[in-house]
Amino acid sequence: MTSFLRSLTADQQVSLVFVVLFGLLLIASGVGVLLSLRERRSGDDDASGERALRLQDNQALLRSSWMMMLVFWVGWVMGEGFAIVLFGLVSFFILREFISLSPTRRGDHRSLVLAFFIVLPLQYALVWTERFNLFTVFIPVYVFLAIPVVSALGNDPQRFLERNAKLQWGIMVCVYGMSHVPALLLLNFPGFVGKTAFLVFFLVLVVQTCMLVQHLAARGLHRPVAPAISDSFHWRSWALGLAAGGLLGAVLSGFTPFKPLPALAMALVACVAGSFGHLVMKAIKRDRGVTHWGFAGRSVTGASGLLDRVDALCFAAPVFFHSVRWTFDL
Amino acid sequence: MNLRATFMSVFLLGLVRLLTGAQARWHGCPPKAEQRIYFANHQSHADLVLIWAALPQELRSITRPIAAKDYWTASNFKRWITTEVFNAVYVERERKGDEDPLAPLAQALESGDSLILFPEGTRGHEEDPQPFKSGLYNLAQRFPGVVLVPAWIHNVQRVIPKGEVVPVPVLCSVTFGEPLVLGAEEPRADFLKRAREAVMALRDV
Repeated sequence: MTSFLRSLTADQQVSLVFVVLFGLLLIASGVGVLLSLRERRSGDDDASGERALRLQDNQALLRSSWMMMLVFWVGWVMGEGFAIVLFGLVSFFILREFISLSPTRRGDHRSLVLAFFIVLPLQYALVWTERFNLFTVFIPVYVFLAIPVVSALGNDPQRFLERNAKLQWGIMVCVYGMSHVPALLLLNFPGFVGKTAFLVFFLVLVVQTCMLVQHLAARGLHRPVAPAISDSFHWRSWALGLAAGGLLGAVLSGFTPFKPLPALAMALVACVAGSFGHLVMKAIKRDRGVTHWGFAGRSVTGASGLLDRVDALCFAAPVFFHSVRWTFDL
Repeated sequence: MNLRATFMSVFLLGLVRLLTGAQARWHGCPPKAEQRIYFANHQSHADLVLIWAALPQELRSITRPIAAKDYWTASNFKRWITTEVFNAVYVERERKGDEDPLAPLAQALESGDSLILFPEGTRGHEEDPQPFKSGLYNLAQRFPGVVLVPAWIHNVQRVIPKGEVVPVPVLCSVTFGEPLVLGAEEPRADFLKRAREAVMALRDV
């Protein structure tokens, strides 16, 4: 098996991964359809109502997995440049969602223009041109200073710090965090040329698995750690999620430039960052009085809830990227 | 519609959706091809574009927005875009002599078109809409067969505040509510107040 895998070219290996993943998704969707058929036949008492709700939850998860897979596939087929543009668009949409639910004032308009139309494209242009040194400091250093300057010129002192903090946060999570995912494609591992797409897979699969296991394991547990922020965050389910993500990372190490043990460590790093990031985003959502960006979106702004699905990734990607880069001295 | 106007409307629709999502939420009435007057709050010039973009394609072609003549005919481009793309009906904001300012609206309704109306008459800058002007009442009285649909345009003032040129991406939505019926003996002031409250009630749906 392993020798067969090694005999394939990089492209063939990537294709194989896609075939396997799409196959798994197809099976999962098929099972989902069958379950929904059974749901409809049974009566509508409380228990089946709850199950229908859970089923809906799972179907939403499936849909987003399909969408994510399609996005990755298209990104891989069309090449790195296209993938960068694609992630740039995702950044744009999630920043739009974030800003829509954070009240801004008229004085913030210029700062918003700066964030959307200058900072975002510039950050992705830096990824494209592989200026990794500038890319890592551009937002935390230069934009950090530029945004409040533009805001101050807007001549509105009311809640100045709060408004700027919101915008800074939005840019850090939605643009800086997200831009590290396509940046993985451009890392130059010796002997790993043409296969960096696996790093993106590795990151996404590991983090999503961790989140999924954490979500499933939280069912039936009581007394969450921070009930005012999240009903589903328990140390036990969190540890289970980490274990699952880490193990998957070790199993997948054959596809990555890492040996199993470093792969486990990298996966754990990404999972810790992702799961805590998700919790932090939940706290922000609670502060805004909503439980999902998407749910509030449907009732107020029409957001599709994209941010809910990728927030863990936004936190995991920069931490993973820099850990990899420094560990391997790239 | 000529080719340039078609191109422009496709471009504008794409732009508006990219920036705002232009989501339509139908609460209280379905999108239906009957003759209607949509009346909404007015905070920005972009309101007109947003509500136009939020309507489904089939309704967009039979629904004409009302545009203030002094503003929207001030330049050739504004005039072209309001006539060719939005198919707008112009109204005078200032009454001139004894001309009926509602005449162009009545004419459009007589020919079977639906209208988009901003009964405040001008853009407001407060949270709540300004008191409604009586045009809505007069039209409701003259055209009892036309369905009056209140609408709340959410967030659009954040997209492009007064005095700014570059729009910012913020999700916006238009909520359409339950149709309003003018009572048989209902006084003008009561009806206008009820209409304004119907629009404001959609803010929190």
